[in-house]
Amino acid sequence: MNYKLQARNANLWYGEKQALKNITLGVEPHTVTAFIGPSGCGKSTLLRCFNRMNDLIENARTEGEFLLDDKDLYRDIDVYDVRKRIGMVFQRPNPFPKTIFENVVYGLRINGINDKRLLEEKVEWSLKSAALWEEVKDILHKSALALSGGQQQRLCIARAMAVEPTVLLMDEPASALDPISTAKIEELIYQLKRNFTIVIVTHNMQQAGRVSDKTAFFYLGELIEFDTTQKLFTNPEHEKTQNYITGRFG
Amino acid sequence: MKDANQKRAIAKDTAFRWVAFACTVLVLGVLAVLLIDILSSGLGRLNWSFFSNLPSRFAERAGIVTALAGMASLLFFTIIIALPIGILAGVYLQEYGTRNRLARIIEINIANLAGVPSVIYGILGLTLFVRTLGMGNSLMAGALTLALLILPIIIVATREAIRAVPGSLREASYGMGATKWQTTRRVVLPSALGGILTGIILALSRAVGETAPLLVIGALVYVPFIPEGPHDQFTTLPIQVFNWTSRPQAAFIVNAAAGIIILLLITFLLNAIAIYIRSKWYKKIHY
Repeated sequence: MNYKLQARNANLWYGEKQALKNITLGVEPHTVTAFIGPSGCGKSTLLRCFNRMNDLIENARTEGEFLLDDKDLYRDIDVYDVRKRIGMVFQRPNPFPKTIFENVVYGLRINGINDKRLLEEKVEWSLKSAALWEEVKDILHKSALALSGGQQQRLCIARAMAVEPTVLLMDEPASALDPISTAKIEELIYQLKRNFTIVIVTHNMQQAGRVSDKTAFFYLGELIEFDTTQKLFTNPEHEKTQNYITGRFG
Repeated sequence: MKDANQKRAIAKDTAFRWVAFACTVLVLGVLAVLLIDILSSGLGRLNWSFFSNLPSRFAERAGIVTALAGMASLLFFTIIIALPIGILAGVYLQEYGTRNRLARIIEINIANLAGVPSVIYGILGLTLFVRTLGMGNSLMAGALTLALLILPIIIVATREAIRAVPGSLREASYGMGATKWQTTRRVVLPSALGGILTGIILALSRAVGETAPLLVIGALVYVPFIPEGPHDQFTTLPIQVFNWTSRPQAAFIVNAAAGIIILLLITFLLNAIAIYIRSKWYKKIHY
């Protein structure tokens, strides 16, 4: 099987506490994969392994392999390159206190791209891809903080896309948003898989059911079940999965 | 029985309110008396020649031009020295330094340095800059001494402003492959700028009023010329005021009052700017 993103025998400790236990899983290109499970099950931790955000946590220690295509994310590619190829969208919208334009081009500017024409093209492309262009095309040079929460989150998606990563990681991207904004983000995720491979962590099982092709269920740091979303939600193999998706715990 | 208790409680409540009120009035009253006294004796002396005249042994002809020029050039050099060092040290301690016992000791000591009596800095300046480095009682020696004095204030203000920048902004930057320096320069520092600026202005307003360390390093009380370079001798407004108040003639006391009005105005102005910037910045950061 040809995987875009893989974890092989992945373990992770925060100090003494083991947060990921021997996880092996592969994400196929141009699919949406959802990570679900109760709080503290390791789903966000695993997500953050893929663009090495856990490196920023002082006492975190990882073992095992994480691969992008065939390259080891921790050995073959340097950390800055990893994060350029694998973008991330966070739980709460976190636009910089800059203009909308400067937010989108941030990733380009840190790569030394300052050509105005090119930046303008990228801004238009990114904002269109994030379904935000029509709403902000006349206020590009106004503060991003004036946007609504849902718009800010789509701006953050546009910002992550501007450097053209091949993978987008989303850590509960809609959990801080109202239902209408959430619907827009979900619609967007569905469209984005044409160009990107997407992994999304979510607490919302209906959301996982709506947007994802495959779903992984985690419990206490272990990968309990990983299958097509349809199979996992209608006919799960494991009792724990069954109990979780029917709302008996979590 | 219960009734008496309740009455006593109410009486205490009333008494407390009046004591607290009296203390507030006392503080404001003292300030008002000071202001009225200074204004009534000094306001009449304020005219153009007071600003433009050189010092003189005749009170009516004496002016503060050398003191103002000395103070402006002193603050200029102080800022040039203290600003980059203070901000970079603050950035290092907050963003790069590891959190261990040594870091905590350094942190506490910097906070303590901010509280060391300024005359101590004067003695340090006298030993180090004036004597050991042979700068004499020059503007540069004064600026270096004041820079040492306000460095802890700038460092602490920088650290606090940086700490107030939400961690989610750093994550957003790192998440796109930015290095630590790119994140610091493009996200953290611009977001913290308002807080840093506030600290700098408050540090400046402290430096404006300093007299003791400058007297110790030998700033002159009578300087009949405007300093032209960092090696010149200098005086400042607080020193000029200090000098005038020690004269026996009543006319010099009037001069001192006028000088104090100018000094107060400068300090108020700096503090007002600081408060304005801080409130604007606070709104920008807490969205």
